Amino acid sequence: MFSEGSSFLKGMLMGGIFCLVLSLLASVIPGTDFMTEEDHHHHHHVKAPSKEELRSLSDTEMQKLSKQIEVYCVIMVQPKLLTHWAAALDTWSKHCDKSGVYTSENSKAFDAIDLNEKDNWTRLRKALKHAFDNAGDLRWFFVAQPTTFAIIENLKYLLLTKDPSEPFYLGKLMKSGELEYVAYDGGIVLSYEALKRLVHVFEDKDKCPEHVGALWRLNEDKQLAMCLKYTGVFAENGEDIHGKGVFNSQSIYTLIKDSMNNNPTNVLEGCCSDMAVTFNGMSPNQMQVMMFGVYRLRPFGHDFHDVLAFYPPEGSDND
Amino acid sequence: MVGACSFYFFLYNVWFERSYPMLSEAQEKAITEKKRPTNRKEEGAALLNLLHPQHADEDNRVADELYRKVRILCWVMTGPYNLQSKARHVKATWSRHCNMVVFMSSVKDPDFPTVGLGTKEGRDQLYWKTIRAFHYVYEHHADEADWFLKADDDTYVVVDNLRWFLSNYTPELPIYFGKRFKPYAKQGYMSGGAGYVLSKEALKRFVEGFRIKVCTHTTPIEDLALGQCLEKMGVLAGDSRDTLHRETFHPFVPEHHLTGKFSKSLWYWNYCYYPIVEASQVFYL
Repeated sequence: MFSEGSSFLKGMLMGGIFCLVLSLLASVIPGTDFMTEEDHHHHHHVKAPSKEELRSLSDTEMQKLSKQIEVYCVIMVQPKLLTHWAAALDTWSKHCDKSGVYTSENSKAFDAIDLNEKDNWTRLRKALKHAFDNAGDLRWFFVAQPTTFAIIENLKYLLLTKDPSEPFYLGKLMKSGELEYVAYDGGIVLSYEALKRLVHVFEDKDKCPEHVGALWRLNEDKQLAMCLKYTGVFAENGEDIHGKGVFNSQSIYTLIKDSMNNNPTNVLEGCCSDMAVTFNGMSPNQMQVMMFGVYRLRPFGHDFHDVLAFYPPEGSDND
Repeated sequence: MVGACSFYFFLYNVWFERSYPMLSEAQEKAITEKKRPTNRKEEGAALLNLLHPQHADEDNRVADELYRKVRILCWVMTGPYNLQSKARHVKATWSRHCNMVVFMSSVKDPDFPTVGLGTKEGRDQLYWKTIRAFHYVYEHHADEADWFLKADDDTYVVVDNLRWFLSNYTPELPIYFGKRFKPYAKQGYMSGGAGYVLSKEALKRFVEGFRIKVCTHTTPIEDLALGQCLEKMGVLAGDSRDTLHRETFHPFVPEHHLTGKFSKSLWYWNYCYYPIVEASQVFYL
């Protein structure tokens, strides 16, 4: 009995050491960075255009930029999220220049592109490929689930002076081990160039496999980051001119509550960016209240004199 | 051994694969500079002239002009048990846009600060508190404001929009505004929960009514009793709807007004003085 016990312990110890070595190796191998550590740090943050940047543009240039910037929303729905699906259709998605609604299975309630695919990663790949093929002239892609609430105008402002023929992959930046990726629930932004490279690397079964065994499976947002890494595209944090993150993976209620605890004397200042693009985890009713608060309710006599306006797409019935 | 190995493998996988959000540039800066949040100054008196909030990129000229022209004193109905849970947040948020704000409680609190009305707490004390609160405001601050708003500690007021609405009237007019209800009074009365605002003349007449005993404490139902007193004193119940006949004072939370469908049997339908416009395009207040 005793000898059995000791050999078991020995086995556990060896197993533990073996696994430690294995995981160390695993973290080292995918870290074949194309860039040095220093280069990498420079690309961490993508900020909205500053006042100086905007002032340097002429009026006609501004008009041209504001008309040119168009966003294709890739909305990944599922019938089990039906009320959120309905809310997204009724609220923020109307502000997208074009939306592709991709569902995991057919639902009688709403029209959507049925990918007929239960696996999250495979579904995302199919949706992105479809979006790329149907992009037309649109050069920016915003991937979100219906539980995310987005303010497309603020997204356009963030991207205004960025060139979509450069690879951009932004959102709320997360880090897991050595991998930096964009959180799915905060919304993922891809430029045309980034999506083009991604669709290309989808073909490569070694670098970006479609079917991943259960043992090695990661969340689809991490899978996406890994595939993009192979094409030389790195995740970056979207921020406003003050350096505050504009993509949020939590609801406004949670963020305010946290701010009330952390900055009780300065709740709003410490909470979120005034130019926030996304919030996540709000109920459909709360999204309706957000639409009201963001687009309709305004205090008389306060003018922001925005340098330009992004008008709704032709024929849309948005606010 | 194989079993132990695979168990440890999964364990380490889970541990190493934990995700952390990367710090934004603003957060990195805050950590390196150890910035401290800015504090707001306050005055010790019961009357608060809280710092009028300013937004960096905003053009507030019209709002500032109205601030000077349409002076509103807000008094907030609260109690000792609600100071930390509710009144504190009113103080930190919308009430800063009032020209003046006074917090009314049954008990005086020099730290918050609140006025002590000398009543007890409870729903049956509401009209007593209201009577005393308006008398207090009239005795101490009648000359410092043109309009006198009563709000609960769970009401949110967009004061700039109230100013714009009131700028169409003069405070010498005996009139008051709020969410108008029909029953029990000829000209109706204003819902207590949605907040109501009296002109200076209306306030004067309310106080006068008690002096000449035309008004007394008839019932604890504060909004109805006030409405009946003002009616007796010749104060007009005004129409606060916007140009599209949409209500601007709301007795329920925004979520309810925006997404709820009021059931036909609900008391609300029978109480509303004006027809309910059920559309998602409502709101100023």
